[in-house]
Amino acid sequence: MLIIECPFCGPRNETEFVYGGPKGPDRPDPTVVSDEVWLDYLLNVPNPVGAVQERWRHARGCGDWFMIWRNTVTHEIIEGPCDD
Amino acid sequence: MTRRLPTGGRINRRRRLSFTFNGDHFTGFEGDTLASALLANGVSLTARSFKYHRPRGIFGAGVEEPATMVELLDGDASGNRPVTTVPLSEGLRAKSINCWPSPEFDLGAVTQLIARFIPAGFYYKTFKWPDWRLFEPSIRRAAGLAAAPAQEPKDGHFESRNAHADVLIAGAGPAGLMAALTAGRAGKRVFLADDGSEAGGSLLSTTQTINGKPAIEWVTATVAELATMPNVTHLQNSTVWAYREHNLLCVNERAPDHASLLERNWRVRAKEVIIATGAIERALVFANNDRPGVMLASAIQTYVNRYAVLPGQRAVFFTNNDSAYTAAADFEAVGGEVAAIVDSRAVVSDTVLAQVRNIKVHLGSVITQVIGYKHVKAVVIQKRDGGFGPTIPCDLLGCSGGWSPTVHLFSQSRGTLKFNEPLSAFLPDTPAQNCTCVGAAAGIFSFAEVLRSGNEGPTTDHVPYSIEPLWRVENKAKGKVFLDLQNDVTVDDVHLADREGYSNVEHVKRYTTGGMGIDQGKTGNINIIGTLALQQGTALPDIGTTAFRAPYTPVSFGAINGLREGSVVLPYRHTPITQWNKDQGAVMYESGARWRRPGYFPRPGESFQDTVNRESLTVRNGVGVYDGSPLGKFELKGRDVGAFLDLIYTNVMSTLTPGHGRYGMMLSEDGLILDDGVAFRLDENRWLISTSTGHADAVNQHMEKILQFDRPDWQVMITPVTAQWTNATICGPKARDVMRALGTEIDLAPEAFPFMSVREGTVAGLPARVLRVSFTGELSFEINVAPRHMLTLWEKIMETGKPFDIAPIGSEANHVLRVEKGFLSLGHEVDGTVDPYDLGMGWILSKKKPDFLGKRSVELRRAGGNPRRELVGLLPDDPNDMIPEGAPMTPNGRTEATEGFVTACVWSVANNRVIALGLLENGQTRNGKIAHVRLKDRVIPVQITRPVFYDPDGKRLRS
Repeated sequence: MLIIECPFCGPRNETEFVYGGPKGPDRPDPTVVSDEVWLDYLLNVPNPVGAVQERWRHARGCGDWFMIWRNTVTHEIIEGPCDD
Repeated sequence: MTRRLPTGGRINRRRRLSFTFNGDHFTGFEGDTLASALLANGVSLTARSFKYHRPRGIFGAGVEEPATMVELLDGDASGNRPVTTVPLSEGLRAKSINCWPSPEFDLGAVTQLIARFIPAGFYYKTFKWPDWRLFEPSIRRAAGLAAAPAQEPKDGHFESRNAHADVLIAGAGPAGLMAALTAGRAGKRVFLADDGSEAGGSLLSTTQTINGKPAIEWVTATVAELATMPNVTHLQNSTVWAYREHNLLCVNERAPDHASLLERNWRVRAKEVIIATGAIERALVFANNDRPGVMLASAIQTYVNRYAVLPGQRAVFFTNNDSAYTAAADFEAVGGEVAAIVDSRAVVSDTVLAQVRNIKVHLGSVITQVIGYKHVKAVVIQKRDGGFGPTIPCDLLGCSGGWSPTVHLFSQSRGTLKFNEPLSAFLPDTPAQNCTCVGAAAGIFSFAEVLRSGNEGPTTDHVPYSIEPLWRVENKAKGKVFLDLQNDVTVDDVHLADREGYSNVEHVKRYTTGGMGIDQGKTGNINIIGTLALQQGTALPDIGTTAFRAPYTPVSFGAINGLREGSVVLPYRHTPITQWNKDQGAVMYESGARWRRPGYFPRPGESFQDTVNRESLTVRNGVGVYDGSPLGKFELKGRDVGAFLDLIYTNVMSTLTPGHGRYGMMLSEDGLILDDGVAFRLDENRWLISTSTGHADAVNQHMEKILQFDRPDWQVMITPVTAQWTNATICGPKARDVMRALGTEIDLAPEAFPFMSVREGTVAGLPARVLRVSFTGELSFEINVAPRHMLTLWEKIMETGKPFDIAPIGSEANHVLRVEKGFLSLGHEVDGTVDPYDLGMGWILSKKKPDFLGKRSVELRRAGGNPRRELVGLLPDDPNDMIPEGAPMTPNGRTEATEGFVTACVWSVANNRVIALGLLENGQTRNGKIAHVRLKDRVIPVQITRPVFYDPDGKRLRS
């Protein structure tokens, strides 16, 4: 069970949070990009061995969404909460 | 013959306990385990093995026991308990498993006659023709060990607790106690847990001394000192069973000192972890190494020293390392006869040999087989290189294959292991979290060094005990050679797995099931790895170990559950009139997101269908009222709300003027329907949106995610108000009459208060927000008030509505009414696979907006041209035929892949017949044709219609 640092509430147990998926590239402009680019954005999600940037929401707390960098092998949280 | 010794041991001879085993009555002492008590009573044939039903006895003395599981009866009822871990208690009743009628005479032993045909994996290749399902029931009956207990568990409850510690120490043997003393004296918050019934670890089993005095005295003094420290929590009978991320460990306390507490599970977050879990002795691998009377050398030592039990009269010891000599010496010291020590090594140091001056030592020799069926009768010795040796009669064989440090927790923490050649063992290498291994767990086997490592952390200049690896005896001999006693896995099975291509150690484990029993291969896994290495001509580091997983030893479900049972697990959410509903005799349902809502209000003499029909007709012809409070509601404020709603809804919301609303649909980014609801504009910068009950939390999360990540510059503030507003919805042609009778200053005329608008004011003297929306298809007024006013409002409505024959209606009637209108409901027609076109609602996708969530994906999906399941109405041939919701539809009713399913089916009061909605492939083009519902025992032809059965133009709700 991870300890995740919420930017408002401080370090809390993983059970207080909801996982929001890894952060991939920003949403491309759907009015101009090709089908390939759009499908790639929708379906191909980062899944590295090692550091991944991911989103968490402090659902059973303040409700804030934030991002952290976590190592998928050691679960070390490499970089604490940031908004981008 | 096994027996009790007249003196010695850590048992309490003043307290005699009675117990029964397989119906026979015995006595033992307080401090015995069931295993030691059985051996003390001369019982040594205690089990039959899992697959071959071979006679088995007691092999070890602790959690490593692979051979004998027992089933406990009565209040303690549980199955598959290793006999060595059951503490003896007064009145204990236990029995053998996997044998009938008894271990001595077991009918299951016939399987030994066909043993040749049932090696590992035989069930992958047999029992297939003509249909494997024919064999399944009998194989299920034959498989497994003990049955789940039929009795109720005894009174008491389980508890879960959290704790923080500066240092958690797993194990209260010499190293762990030393570490606890050091940390405790330094004032640290210490959490010390040990799975034994008393502290001391290996010191309880040996005659070790400290400064000339028995080491056990040091243990007693240390435990006493730890008890005086308020910063130290010391638990016995407590297993540290899991090591998770960020130094979170789970501890199962099996004997908490509280009358009504059965077990306690701790979740401990520790700054630092010290793993002092000791080491476990390994078995040796030779023909018939599973007979009763074959034991670990250290187990013999434990029974002799700790339990005052002599596990045999005449013993032979077989070893590849120095430690067995001490066990032989201890056995001899209490009157046992050691006929020989067989050492596979050619050379043994004089200091070691000096311990056993009177005993014949056969160097460079191995035991090739055990003679005897129900008990060891003799052992056959050979020189390692094959020369003949004597056959020695004996009734006890102590084996020592060396020691494996107990690295399970360290490995669970993702620390890496490294094979150490001099010790022939996998040792902890690089930790992944803040933890240290000390003592035997770190591969430190000299006692002085063990104590030192507990004090300072491990040192590397210890004197290693001497061992030469002997993964299996390679001399040929008749008889099965076991690597895993619990699952009956032999050397031949491992060779077979390798020949069949399963050469990775993880594959070998699963193909042979070696190491998959309750003992998790604690005494045998290293031998499996060694056998594989010999077979493949590689070294152990190349094979590696299988992954170590929690739990270290079995944990009861109750302990993991703690107090989370019954209504505590998922509490219901209530509206202020739940009690009123119950008083009226409503049958209460759970209707999404744990909300309690009335399903229907039966009156005396009414059947279920009568009630639902009556309530539905009340709304169609008169006036009904229901509690719509659980619906998700959100207030949005800010300059950019209009743009935000335009992004998340498929239709245009920003053009709404204050006081007006619109039904909207939300898609997820992949173009499938996420939710639907109504959005109202209250003011220039203030909006109110509603969502479905079940998805309120998900939509809230969805909206916040977009705002906080993608549009942080937009001014939109979201306040969830689901629980802040409760509503009573009056619906039916007479709804306006009831509203007038309630009294309100709001102008109720249809021109002044049209459909899809909102008005604020008072109703029945209470401040209210009234919305004209309709889920039932009739004229509706949704009166929203603060929760503290809800009961008052409701009672006033019931009172005022009496002359109009108003009745409360439940979700069953609501369901009928919305199905008649063809209104969609999340969870029925919307199951995460449909888009608006599938439901015939393409009109809701705005053509004006260049972009909204899901727009691109809907277009992309449609461009693929694949057939879609579309919303249709269905009329069964027989107008009275109710179809179960969810029933599949197949082409012509054949038994083949479905082409759709029935999403809803009700008795329609408006049409006086059964109607249904469904999702059917290409349904929109099949209007007027026949489809077939396929049930288990029959086929129902249904006519495909448009999905609306009442007021298709929506005149009633706009009135």
